Amino acid sequence: MSEANENRRLKFEIFRYNPQDPDSAPHMQSFEINELPYMSLFMALNEIREKQDPSLQFDFACRSAICGSCGMMVNGRPNLGCRTQTSDLPDVIRLHPLPVFKLVGDLSVDTGIWFREMAEKTEAWIHAEKAFDPDAQEDRMDDELAQSIYDSDRCIECGCCVASCGVANVKGDFAGPAGLNRMARFAMDPRDTRDDSDWYEVISNENGVFGCIGMMACHDICPKELPLLEIYAYLRRKAVASALA
Amino acid sequence: MSGRITSTDVLVIGGGLAGERCAIEAAAAGHDVLILSLVPPRRSHSCAAQGGMQAALGNCVKAEGDSPEVHYLDTVRGSDWGADQEVARIFAEAAPIAVRELAHFGVPWTRVKGGSNSYFIKGERVNIDEALENDGLIMHRDFGGTAKWRACYAGAGTGHSALYAIDSEVVRLGVTVRDRAEAVELIHEGGRCHGVVARCLRTGDHSAILAKATVIATGGHGRIYGQYTTNATINEGTGAAIALNTGVVPLGNMEAVQFHPTALSPSGILVTEGCRGDGGYLLDKELNRFMVEAEPEKQELASRDVVSRHMARRMRDGHGVQTEHGPHLWLDVRHLGDEHLKTKLREVWEICRDFVGLDPAKDLIPVRPTQHYSMGGVRVNKEGEAYNMAGLFAVGEASCWDMHGFNRLGGNSLAETIVSGRLVGRHIAKTIGAGGVDVDTRVANEAVKKAEERAARLLAAEGSGPGAYEIRDAMAEVMIGRVGIFRTGEELALAVNELKELLVKCDNIVLRSKVPGMNPELTFALRIKNMVRLSLITAMGALARTESRGAHFRSDHPLRDDAKWLNRTLARWPELSDAPEISYEPVGVLDLPPGHRGYGRDERIEMEQTIEDYNQGVEQAQSEQGKLPTEGWQ
Repeated sequence: MSEANENRRLKFEIFRYNPQDPDSAPHMQSFEINELPYMSLFMALNEIREKQDPSLQFDFACRSAICGSCGMMVNGRPNLGCRTQTSDLPDVIRLHPLPVFKLVGDLSVDTGIWFREMAEKTEAWIHAEKAFDPDAQEDRMDDELAQSIYDSDRCIECGCCVASCGVANVKGDFAGPAGLNRMARFAMDPRDTRDDSDWYEVISNENGVFGCIGMMACHDICPKELPLLEIYAYLRRKAVASALA
Repeated sequence: MSGRITSTDVLVIGGGLAGERCAIEAAAAGHDVLILSLVPPRRSHSCAAQGGMQAALGNCVKAEGDSPEVHYLDTVRGSDWGADQEVARIFAEAAPIAVRELAHFGVPWTRVKGGSNSYFIKGERVNIDEALENDGLIMHRDFGGTAKWRACYAGAGTGHSALYAIDSEVVRLGVTVRDRAEAVELIHEGGRCHGVVARCLRTGDHSAILAKATVIATGGHGRIYGQYTTNATINEGTGAAIALNTGVVPLGNMEAVQFHPTALSPSGILVTEGCRGDGGYLLDKELNRFMVEAEPEKQELASRDVVSRHMARRMRDGHGVQTEHGPHLWLDVRHLGDEHLKTKLREVWEICRDFVGLDPAKDLIPVRPTQHYSMGGVRVNKEGEAYNMAGLFAVGEASCWDMHGFNRLGGNSLAETIVSGRLVGRHIAKTIGAGGVDVDTRVANEAVKKAEERAARLLAAEGSGPGAYEIRDAMAEVMIGRVGIFRTGEELALAVNELKELLVKCDNIVLRSKVPGMNPELTFALRIKNMVRLSLITAMGALARTESRGAHFRSDHPLRDDAKWLNRTLARWPELSDAPEISYEPVGVLDLPPGHRGYGRDERIEMEQTIEDYNQGVEQAQSEQGKLPTEGWQ
């Protein structure tokens, strides 16, 4: 992060389209604002909405890069708007909504429904064998294993990886990087009792790990820096092991 | 009109931890459940809870001797005796079960490592041998205001992991979630709630959702402090407001507002108490650890209200680092080392890098106390039932259940969400009737029509009236300036007047954007009057309460007054009235007699009544305020 130049005038070019408005057609609209120290796109977009165009739609909630609401294309690259500092960007900032997801309006897209469908398709929950016993002590787990699961559980489902994925952009059924990560998260968790043949059905097909063609933009752009490279390698090993089993 | 009415057994408003935990309990019992959420559930503010969830499992050496009893005592003392002690006990006893159940749902809790472990305790590096037979059990970290290490955690993403685990259960059970939707009004008739009018935040359309049980789980309302809060932008008190707007449901203890000691300056982003729990220091501008002198026993791990006041005093006395955004102090976690920071406090490490360009292994973190938690909310009985309204429930931060009283302990809110969600969900599942929703569709249609007309009127208003954002900014300045950490009668009286003026302005708002659809300006304008109402109740409650208790500190009445104020504030807003009505009820049956909290000097005004006399009057006094008899809401 570099210091903001307080005299800099920023020019925003923002994608506009309100599907609820019959008079609206997709277009780019320009806005100018003065840059402030430590200005994030959260601050900049709110200033534009509150001072210049109150109809502008975008999504923020936590504004601290943990809720995953504000994925957007920033000069052609997906990122979280809240953690993107204007001081890291050139004078002209071009913002588009994330591709792949259904547009709600302007920069706002429907990630919730996409991720719910993905969770349903991959059955992204613990398939427990036994019911919870409220009187029993918790089952033990090695701390290192807990840490590995946590590393993958940290995904905030912002959709940046999906937007950056060449396959997800053209193939609607592909689980996408976030979907593959979810599979790995449950596959490595001993509390999930799905066996090799169950996992083979989920992972080992063209909508699973073999749909990935290895361009790895997801790994480069993931705002939480998930170890996606290692995660796919884990899934491929798991696929081979379950095929052999 | 019938296409605009949906029916369900249980309607849960809010897709955070409390709401979803409640939803899966009712769904697992076979009921039809619908969750309404402003955002996709996994984006709810529960995901921002970092450091831990309190449950007395007693798994590590520094937790030895812990029990629900000790947890209960910490919670009541932490509340400055403002809590309902019966609820605090129910909570402390159920917390271990709820936390273990989260392990069952998949939370990757950090685990005990048997053998030698290195910790930082009160400024010293200490080596402790964890028992080999405890290896692999759920680990604890230290948090403020507790006698034992009790906070269970998953890195510094405890809320995130818990929310994802619970939401996975929501998916598994096939619970319907309607996201990007806001409950704008409760549908009720004759003291019974029948569901809500919902506004779709994709299209701006209104519809009715009818339910036999309606649960408010919308979280806190920190955004009444504008940007001076750690809360997400969605924490605007939408749930508390629709309960208040019934005219009969009271909100409890709205003046009890928690300021978290370590929010990042100036953005207000939370930096977890786990930093201090793991051994971090607070430093002033001269790099003095001022908390050691201020509170020799607990030091940085005194209760949040205590630490926040010491910090505010330190800055007021000129020991803060001056910046264009006002003063701040430092949080120092450098000595914890790179590896610890990148694993057990990874979210903190990322936040420092992304939002202030710092490496906490090398740099000091600029922090200052910031609004963080709403102890107040929809007043409910121990089963989660709202006062005066059968079929309406509240859980989590949106509620005033009331285990926190006037100061919540760190890690207790996250535990409350799953404990209250679980218990209230179970209560609803058990007591809900078998028949359909018993309400005339005319009532629902009228409520929808009223909400539509309100939106249409706002959209149609022309002229030079005030904007909604302008009112928000003025409200925020009043709240942080006059209803903050230190309060006085004079400032609070000014706040009440200014907020009343803002309330009048809310009726003259003119929108600049008339676009169809959800229209973000309209969406916010529909909320702002409710936010000013919540602010006004907060200020009026604070003005009336002429004592200092927990987070409510009156510089002009610095002592806790158990003779006069061992009670809970209740605020109702009668229909068509331009001001709320404030009344009081006893805090609940006392088991632990009021005593010294353990901070500063032991000075307070003692109760005049005997405990027995106080306890005898509780049930009747609370019933008079509208508390429903339990098991009787059908």
